[in-house]
Amino acid sequence: MATAVVTARAATFGFSYYVRLLRQEIRYEFLKMLRLRAFSLSVVGFPVMFYFLFGVANRHTEWARYLLASYSCFGMVGASLFGLGAGIAMERMQGWLELKQASPMPRLTYLAAKMVSCSAFALIIVALLVTLGVTLGGVSMTAAEVLKLAGITLAGAVPFASMGLLLSLVMPATAAPGIINLIYLPMSFASGLWMPLSMLPHWLQKIAPALPTYHYAQLALNIFGYAQPGVAISGHWEALIGFTCLMLGAAWLIFTRSEAKA
Amino acid sequence: MAAYASGLQVEPLTAPFPAPSHVKHAVARMHSVTKRYGQTTALDQLTLNLYPGEVVALLGPNGAGKTTAVRLLLGLIAPTSGSVRVMGRDPRDASARTGIGAMLQVTRVPETLKVREHIDWFRSYYPNPLPAAEIVRIAKLEGLENKFYGKLSGGQKQRVLFGLALSGDPDLIFLDEPTVGMDIESRRGLWEQIRWLASQGKTVLLTTHYLEEADALASRVVVIDKGRVIAEGTPAQIKHRVSGRRIRCITELDASFLLTLPSVVNVQRDREAVIITANEAEKVVREMLLRDVTLRGLEISAPGLEDAFLALTGCNAKD
Repeated sequence: MATAVVTARAATFGFSYYVRLLRQEIRYEFLKMLRLRAFSLSVVGFPVMFYFLFGVANRHTEWARYLLASYSCFGMVGASLFGLGAGIAMERMQGWLELKQASPMPRLTYLAAKMVSCSAFALIIVALLVTLGVTLGGVSMTAAEVLKLAGITLAGAVPFASMGLLLSLVMPATAAPGIINLIYLPMSFASGLWMPLSMLPHWLQKIAPALPTYHYAQLALNIFGYAQPGVAISGHWEALIGFTCLMLGAAWLIFTRSEAKA
Repeated sequence: MAAYASGLQVEPLTAPFPAPSHVKHAVARMHSVTKRYGQTTALDQLTLNLYPGEVVALLGPNGAGKTTAVRLLLGLIAPTSGSVRVMGRDPRDASARTGIGAMLQVTRVPETLKVREHIDWFRSYYPNPLPAAEIVRIAKLEGLENKFYGKLSGGQKQRVLFGLALSGDPDLIFLDEPTVGMDIESRRGLWEQIRWLASQGKTVLLTTHYLEEADALASRVVVIDKGRVIAEGTPAQIKHRVSGRRIRCITELDASFLLTLPSVVNVQRDREAVIITANEAEKVVREMLLRDVTLRGLEISAPGLEDAFLALTGCNAKD
């Protein structure tokens, strides 16, 4: 029996290959999500509609400013959980992910492109909310505040993409949208994304600090000076970093276990 | 005799199929690979070599381990024991996969992208991709470039997947059940494309449970069942491994008596008739006609490929 083997062609994995790879992956991932109306309309539509109903209806009030910050967060969390969580779960089930894995594409590219695409959706949401707030909601904002809001919102991509990744590994794909809604909506409500925490029942206010969305919202609300008094802002950052590590650690553990079994 | 009691006669398993003399180096090799999922053994000490330019059909019933073998060769899973090498490297290493293309059983591809976009997207995964126009031409996708994937027919969708498998200009192509669910016309079309690949000197590993497909395309057939190689050879060799005739008739003769007739290997009831499998049909029929004057509805036929296949796999189960 022949012992020698044909060796692989010298492949050129240069810098330009990676640049092109990432560019194309982001481009088509975003285009795919954008054209998938079930995704794009609900992810962008819900925060915008809620803001129209509850923010614009209370124009020239603190509400309009408060909800501008909190619905921006709500939008980012939704885009991440549905875009990564449900998206990856579905592509795994359908065999599409496996086909990509059979190519030389590095796995991180896939995750990075999904995260960037979800962030792009979040930016669209922030832009729409700010436009609505300034034009119809009677909110006055400085350019610096707009930039800060966009920046804080984007920072949420990391913890909530991690959460989406973890969910994608544990959820059955067909049940994914339902499971995500069961987590996403109550969590958003209990973190004060729909109304200020002080208006929530006392026991719910106690639960809030255990939720990542609470810390995330506090960072965004702080831009307008609505963060809960008596809590250090750095604590919220630490909580989000800790949450990210927890999600990625658990995802890594589950992934390597399923790899060993596969 | 006991081993063959259930079906057609199968010649004993010969030594491993020799490498074609003009090539000496394997493009891919699986050496004594075992793959277990918990208690289930998907592959059991499987050894398989692929040589440049050959079209190998991995043939077996559902659950035989065909897809597991392909997934191992693509580096999607790791073997429990044994070694897998593709172009001299571990396929788990992403860069080893640049010269490989794969058409897998994908239930759904993102439908909101156009054919042209899918091709453009997949090409970016490879450092030296085929030009997009070339992929469109080979996979016969002309005129469909601007159609959304979701709007394509079943056969067209398979052609897109075939095109994607070629995007990296691979030397080695894995086609996992490529024509499953296709109508006859699309299947023939894809066969032509696979033949074209072979004519270009590409190495193709094709898994299928259609014997006809293996027969039409493969230069070598490897029959696997329960994770083991049970037969290997050219399609003609595989077919010749199975000999015998099927005799179908309505007779009053007892099944246990029929089994004692010379060269009879199997007797089956089929409603009011019996189906007898025998190597020397003429002798059996002569004997039966002598003993049963009421015998009627006599038919004698050569075993089909299906029978050959069933005999091969069934035989293994009895060993």
